[in-house]
Amino acid sequence: MKLVTAIVKPFKLDDVREALSEIGVQGITVTEVKGFGRQKGHTELYRGAEYVVDFLPKVKIEIAISDEMVEPVIESITRVASTGKIGDGKIFVTNLEQVIRIRTGETGADAV
Amino acid sequence: MKKALLAFGLSSALLGGSAAWAQEATAVDAPNSPVTVVTTQTTPSDPIPVVTESMSSVEAAEPEAVLDTGDTAWILISTALVLLMTIPGLALFYAGMVRKKNVLSTMAHSFVAAAVVSITWIAVGYSLAFGDGNAFIGNLDKVMLAGITTETLSGSIPEILFVIFQMTFAIITVAIISGSIAERMKFGAFVAFIAIWSVVVYAPITHWVWGGGWLGNDGALDFAGGTVVHINSGVAGLVAAYMLGKRMGLGRESMAPHNLTLTVLGASLLWVGWFGFNGGSALGANGSAGYALVVTQVAAAAATLSWLVTEKIVRGKASVLGGASGAVAGLVVITPAAGFVTVGGALSMGLIGGVVCFWGITALKRMLKADDSLDAFGLHGVGGIVGAILTAFFASEFIMGDAVPTNLMHQLWVQVEGVLATVAYSAVLTFIILKVLDMTIGIRVASDDERMGLDLSQHGERVD
Repeated sequence: MKLVTAIVKPFKLDDVREALSEIGVQGITVTEVKGFGRQKGHTELYRGAEYVVDFLPKVKIEIAISDEMVEPVIESITRVASTGKIGDGKIFVTNLEQVIRIRTGETGADAV
Repeated sequence: MKKALLAFGLSSALLGGSAAWAQEATAVDAPNSPVTVVTTQTTPSDPIPVVTESMSSVEAAEPEAVLDTGDTAWILISTALVLLMTIPGLALFYAGMVRKKNVLSTMAHSFVAAAVVSITWIAVGYSLAFGDGNAFIGNLDKVMLAGITTETLSGSIPEILFVIFQMTFAIITVAIISGSIAERMKFGAFVAFIAIWSVVVYAPITHWVWGGGWLGNDGALDFAGGTVVHINSGVAGLVAAYMLGKRMGLGRESMAPHNLTLTVLGASLLWVGWFGFNGGSALGANGSAGYALVVTQVAAAAATLSWLVTEKIVRGKASVLGGASGAVAGLVVITPAAGFVTVGGALSMGLIGGVVCFWGITALKRMLKADDSLDAFGLHGVGGIVGAILTAFFASEFIMGDAVPTNLMHQLWVQVEGVLATVAYSAVLTFIILKVLDMTIGIRVASDDERMGLDLSQHGERVD
C-alpha cells in the first residue's frame, strides 16, 4: 500500500478530484497549505510598510491506495494538475505500513 | 492607470449626462402640465398655524438666550453621529489594521474609551473644560454637572446637550490615541492612562481653545477640534509609541492588516459621522452647519483622490487602505477650518492634506522612528497641524464676514502658537502620566503575552 501526496495549485483541486474518481479512487484527504518552490511570491503594501509574501497557497491531496493503483493515480494527477507554468506542484509517494477502516476494523488491502 | 482614467471619464460622462437629462426633463414638463388653481376655503373655525421656530429665532437675536428646537434637534443628532464615530467607527477602522490575535483588544480600546471618558467628563472633565475659571483651566463649579438643569441653556441649545455633545469629542480624542499603542499595551494601564489623560490633558486644552481660555481669546481658529482633538491625540500617541517601544518583530515579521474590510467600514462610519463632528460644531441648524457639511465632504473627497494618486505614482498601486486613509486625512485637515473656509478653500486643503499626510505616514514616520502602529500621529497629528496652519490662509470673509482675521501674519502666528502650545503640553503631560504608570503598574505587556496576542493575554478571548 502506498500513500500518494500531491501538492497542487488550489484551483486544480476539482479537476484532480474528478480525474481520481474516474479511475476508481474512492477517498482522498485535502488540506490547505502554503509553500513555495521556484514560484515567486508577491509584494503587499500597507501604508508605510511593504511585505514580501513568499508563501503561496497550495492544496495538499493525500490518497491511500494499493500498489497497482500508484501509476494510474500519478498519471491522472499529472495530466489534470499541470498548467505548464512554474508552481504546478509535486507528487510524493511513500510506503504505507498499515491501513485500518475504523467502522469495520478491516485492515490492509481491504481497508484501502 | 489607463483603466482608472477611463472609468473616471465614463462615470463623469454618465453623471453629467444624467444631470443634463434631468434638467431637460423638468424643462419639458413645465409647459405640458396643466395649470391647476387650488383654492382653500378657510372657515372661521380653522386655526391659523403659529410658526414657533421662526419666532424663537427672531427672539434669539436679542440678548436673552432662548431655546431653539431646530438647533437642539440637530445637535442631538450630531451627538449620536460623533459617538458613532468612536463606536464602532474608529473601533472598526483600527481593528481591521492589526493582526487577528489583537483585533478584540484594539476594539476594546475604543469601547472602553467611551465608557471611561463618559464618567470622567461628567465628573470633572466638563467643569474643567468649560467652567468659568482662568485662562488655563475651568473651575470645579460644574463637577457632576452641578447647577445644570433641563432648562439651563448654552446659546440656543440646552447646556446638558452641549455637555454630552462635547463628551463625544473627548471620547474620540482618547480613542484616537489607541492607534499608536496598539498590539502591546496593558489593558489596565490603558484604562488608567485615559482616565487621567482626559482630565489632565484634554480638559485644559479644550478650555484654552473653546472654554474661554487664552488661545481662544488670542483669536485661534479651531472650528471643530483640529487642535483640541487631532493634534492633541496625535502627539500623545507619538509620545506613547516612543515610551512603549516597538512591537516585537517589527521589520522582520508580518504585521499586515488582518481584515481591511473592517477598516473600510470604519472609515465610512468616520466619514459620515464627521457630519456631526463638523456640522454639529456650528451649534445650530443653519447655513453655517450646512456649509460645514459641504466643506467637510469636499475636503474628504479631495484628500482621498490626492492620496490615491500620490500612492499610485509613488508605489505603483492605489490601495484601498490608502483611499480610506486619505479620506480620514482630509476630514482631519478640514476640522479646524470647517466653519471658516469656502468650498474652494476646502478643495485645496483636502488636496494638500492628502499628500502631506501620505508623507506623514511614510517618509516622516521613518524619520521619527517610533512605532506609531496605526498612524495616529501621521494622520491626526500631521493632519491637524496642516489644517491649523492652512486655516489662517484659507479663512474667508465670504464665510466669516466681519469676523474674518484681518492680518494674515498675525493669524498665522496665533495658529502656530496653538499648535506649539498643544504639542508641548500634550507631549510633556502624556510623558509624565505614562512614566508614572510605567513605574507603578507597567505599561507594556510581557513578551510572552505580546507573542500570544492581547486578545488572549489581556482579555482571555479569541477570534478564530
